[in-house]
Amino acid sequence: MKVVPEISRRSITRLISEGKRVDGRSFDERRDIFIEPNVISKAEGSARVKLGDTQVIVGVKPSIGEPFADTPDVGVLMTNCELLPMAAPEFEPGPPSPESIELARVVDRGIRESQLVDLEKLCIEEGKKVWMLFIDIHVIDYDGNLFDAANLAVMAALMNTKLPIASYVDDEVVLDEENFMELPVRDKLALSTFVKIGDGMVLDPSLDEEEILDARITIGVTDKGNNICSMQKGGDVPLTRDEILDAVHMAFTTKDDLLRYLN
Amino acid sequence: MFFITSNDRKLRDDGRAYNEIRPLKIEAGVLKRADGSAYLEVGGNKILASVYGPRESYIRRLLKPNTGVIRVRYNMAPFSVDDRKRPGPDRRSNEISKIAADALRPALMLEKFPRSMVDVSIEIIEAEGGTRCAGITAAAVALADAGIPMKDIVVGCAAGKVNDEIVLDLSEKEDKEGQADVPIAIMPRTGEITLLQADGNLTEEEFEEALDLAIEGCKQIAEVQNEALKKRYGVDL
Repeated sequence: MKVVPEISRRSITRLISEGKRVDGRSFDERRDIFIEPNVISKAEGSARVKLGDTQVIVGVKPSIGEPFADTPDVGVLMTNCELLPMAAPEFEPGPPSPESIELARVVDRGIRESQLVDLEKLCIEEGKKVWMLFIDIHVIDYDGNLFDAANLAVMAALMNTKLPIASYVDDEVVLDEENFMELPVRDKLALSTFVKIGDGMVLDPSLDEEEILDARITIGVTDKGNNICSMQKGGDVPLTRDEILDAVHMAFTTKDDLLRYLN
Repeated sequence: MFFITSNDRKLRDDGRAYNEIRPLKIEAGVLKRADGSAYLEVGGNKILASVYGPRESYIRRLLKPNTGVIRVRYNMAPFSVDDRKRPGPDRRSNEISKIAADALRPALMLEKFPRSMVDVSIEIIEAEGGTRCAGITAAAVALADAGIPMKDIVVGCAAGKVNDEIVLDLSEKEDKEGQADVPIAIMPRTGEITLLQADGNLTEEEFEEALDLAIEGCKQIAEVQNEALKKRYGVDL
């Protein structure tokens, strides 16, 4: 449990009530973003993302498995997250913490609900064999706002994922190791996290801001679809209807600015 | 130091001479939150190491009243290998974590920090043979970057036997197809050996040759460690 000095809590809260932030950003401004795609040659898709000083590496590994009985003609997607002990002094090795499970599930929900990956194209033989995609999120440096950093890294990794072309011959899957297909990615998702501190709502919280947050809200908006596909509220303080609508509005207005990094 | 690389021995699969290490890059201080950190690339390996501490630990039973303790966690990313590795520790990574701690401990002056713990994390982002040695090499740079008093740096390198030849710094392919592997770690100033493992088949003479070759490899790598720390702190060590 991290103890935040009362003096920093008060000074950050006072700054926000005056319309300012500790690092000089405006309320709807993100930190610097840096994306390096294809960082792992052994992964079929990968990316490293820096959002301010927060750093995340994502790798996508496929394998072939059986589809779920209720969806025999769609591929399977699994998202997993490791908050590595190297990323922050308070992160401990061991089974996944509730925080890392929440992070993986929020990112997963965005990909799943937006249907940005065409999972039907990942079916090799209906009812028999489908591609299973493992998305592994590796958090290596935690300086606030893991949700947005992880989602951006997952988007970048999915967009450069290539799978060998698979066919089903005589009850067996044959892989063409020479020819690859790009993962069918139809849309992009912008995930925007806001925190409420005092009476202000700020985008892309830094660690200082995240440590003293009253409430947190994460909103996923698709690029082409221009729809809300996922949301998650966190923190101990409730939000009003207007605060939520303000955050949603900002998520839409800042979406293009975020997604241009993926082009 | 001068190495004869053009003798009658034939070149290896990747074109290296028998006593040549793979291209190596080390950078110190790459993470913001960690007290010390390092990034290392050798061949196709990509490795991050971090250090937290000396600090208090909630795991009371591990602390010692007269000295500090070091805890190492070696971990492979699920996407670091061809077939996805299930996340979390297995028997292999648990063993490597233990021997890495044993390899690093002799260089650390932990007696200055009783009742405290130094946490080292070795993260294999991508693996291509020789990750334990490269991990120890990276961890030693991270420990120095964290400002923990050390008698010497620790540096790891392996030698082995491939096609009946003793060669330095085995690649993944050579490790799989080779006949023996001898990973070691040393403290280069004194030449003392802090890690020694071996698997495969070696005669007494071959072992001696492999050991000497690995020691030479360690000394080359230690130069790169020094350069990385000099670059970070702008001083002569």
